[in-house]
Amino acid sequence: MAIPVGTTPVSPDATAPAPGVTGKRRMRMLRLPRSPKIMIGLGLAIFFVLLAVIGPYVAPYDPSASLSTTKGTPLPPSGAHWLGTTQVQQDVLSQLLVGGRSTILVSLIAGAVATVLAVLFGVTAGYFGGWVDDLLSMLANVFLVMPALPLLIVIFGFLSKSASPNDLLIGLVISITGWAFGARVLRAQTLSMRTWDYIESARLIGERSWRIMTFEILPNLIPVVATSFLFTVIYGVGTFAALSFLGVISVAHWSWGTMLYWAQSAQAAQQVHIEWWWFLPAGLALGLFGTSLALLNFGIDEFINPRLRAAGLTGRQARRAGMPRHPRLGLTPVIASAGRNGSGTSQDRSGQDGSGSGESLMVGGPR
Amino acid sequence: MRLISRRLGLYVVTAIVAITANFFIPHLMPGNPVLSLIGRMQAQVSTQTITALELQYGVNTRTGLWGQYLHYWAQLLHGNLGISLSSYPTPVTTLIRGALPWTIGLVGVATVLSFVLGTLVGIVVAWRRGSWLDNILPVMTFFQAVPYFFLAILAVALFATKLGWFPQNSAYDITLNPGFSGPYIASVLDHAALPALTIVLASVAGWIITMRNVMITTMDEDYVLIAQAKGLPRSRVISYAARNAILPSVSGFSLAVGFIVSGALLTEIVFSYPGIGFILLQAISNEDYPLLQGIFLVITFAVLGANLIADFVYAFLDPRTRQEG
Repeated sequence: MAIPVGTTPVSPDATAPAPGVTGKRRMRMLRLPRSPKIMIGLGLAIFFVLLAVIGPYVAPYDPSASLSTTKGTPLPPSGAHWLGTTQVQQDVLSQLLVGGRSTILVSLIAGAVATVLAVLFGVTAGYFGGWVDDLLSMLANVFLVMPALPLLIVIFGFLSKSASPNDLLIGLVISITGWAFGARVLRAQTLSMRTWDYIESARLIGERSWRIMTFEILPNLIPVVATSFLFTVIYGVGTFAALSFLGVISVAHWSWGTMLYWAQSAQAAQQVHIEWWWFLPAGLALGLFGTSLALLNFGIDEFINPRLRAAGLTGRQARRAGMPRHPRLGLTPVIASAGRNGSGTSQDRSGQDGSGSGESLMVGGPR
Repeated sequence: MRLISRRLGLYVVTAIVAITANFFIPHLMPGNPVLSLIGRMQAQVSTQTITALELQYGVNTRTGLWGQYLHYWAQLLHGNLGISLSSYPTPVTTLIRGALPWTIGLVGVATVLSFVLGTLVGIVVAWRRGSWLDNILPVMTFFQAVPYFFLAILAVALFATKLGWFPQNSAYDITLNPGFSGPYIASVLDHAALPALTIVLASVAGWIITMRNVMITTMDEDYVLIAQAKGLPRSRVISYAARNAILPSVSGFSLAVGFIVSGALLTEIVFSYPGIGFILLQAISNEDYPLLQGIFLVITFAVLGANLIADFVYAFLDPRTRQEG
């Protein structure tokens, strides 16, 4: 499961495009660096979302149907069953295709709702400060230190047996435990922005608080909100899979976690002939979907913190940018420093670079 | 020690919230909790079970919700978590007490190993940035994204079933008598190795990535430059930078430990390791709600305890937190 401790501290001047930046430059800055990591992440993410949309329509069989009653052991992949069958002769490929929709839908719902909650609580706490901040921060901290999975097990233990499993409901309940981390990061960012001149002047000319929060502060927090969304979706994938794997959520509700539940309860990994086709596809799908989001998040991280971007360059790119090959000492050069226009030399390399990285490199001093 | 006292306050509030949630969740569900529980238990329902449940949930005690809540607290403070339904009439505390040492041993060792290993690797990757070592980041991302229990299934399939290097399940060779004998201890270590390695592999990525990212930023600080310019040995320079860069990892520990414990419980299930995860699965499949709720409370308290230890470490590492005022 993902551990969301990896976000880097955000320097305030990196999140906000400085005033006075021209439109064209601004567009280029907003574009994510097109490194292989991000392209792979984006490609995989799109693939999985497509899978969620069309999966149930292209599944060759009914995932729950026993296709043959004669054989009591799982069959390895064959022409009729590309990913083999389970112990009761259900088609694994169909389960994978049908289960993808529920898995991805639940995690997206959980991520979206949790992010909305995080923005609501985080920005409010950071902007108002005082007792509002104390109260909301306390609430966020309580949710951060309380272990989420056991709490969800208790909730679903009582809930899911009475209500039929419903992707929307599952996503909503998971989001209750997933908003606190994003809220804490957003609160810290808002807190540091509160005293900025243009926020002060907006307050002085009498803009309402909700307007300052939504139109003055929030646009500057979009990279942080995006990071928080990706993290909560990853969290949602892992949590939903874990709950399904435990059998807390009805095991007749197909998802990738449920597939692993059945594989584990039949001891597919402990058999003399390991029934790898039963557990490998679902597990890899879970891992790759999470990885795709994490790779996208790398892009946002590098966008926020230019030092990481320089650190992530390949040797060839670094040489082109005029950087030493193995920077031992400090001095990780800041590349395409957002919000610092006019420092350093700009090299437009788009169109002439075989690696497809068309971002403009600006090599300046570290500070 | 303002940090410690403030954090302690947070943990007390969290514990109260967890206990309160634990009490109210059954009451928020529609209908009489006891009747709906019995309705869900397909098998034998003796009058004893019903009485135990009624006592547990304070139904038919003719006190209001508030009175039941206070009753619940009183029970809890006497160390009474109720009676297990699946192994009636064993108290929940007895079941948990039998399983807890296995989990604490396994998860404790694995977490410390993973933290130390991840931090060291993170330092190396940050120091040698731009080299081939950067390629381990995407791989680490995959291990961070993949569920613990899937890694555990893979580990069982590959290292236990296929290669036969490790035992497939349980915590020790059941033909041996538990005790402080050489073969028994060797058997316990042998059985714990693969689950522990799985937990380390699954959790190490977070520490590596955090440490690398913070380390890269820290190495830009002037004092690191000066240390290098003075001609200090490289190991000394790295240790100066690492000492500050480790702080976010330690403060991030409180976030991570809940995930690691949850993941470890699922790992135990795959390995049939007789820890908390094992009785958790038992509680879920038998719909043993008192046991389920007891486990939730015990895990919460364990996580809060681990957090407190991390706070002490943080206060020890960062002198700023020890300043008064």
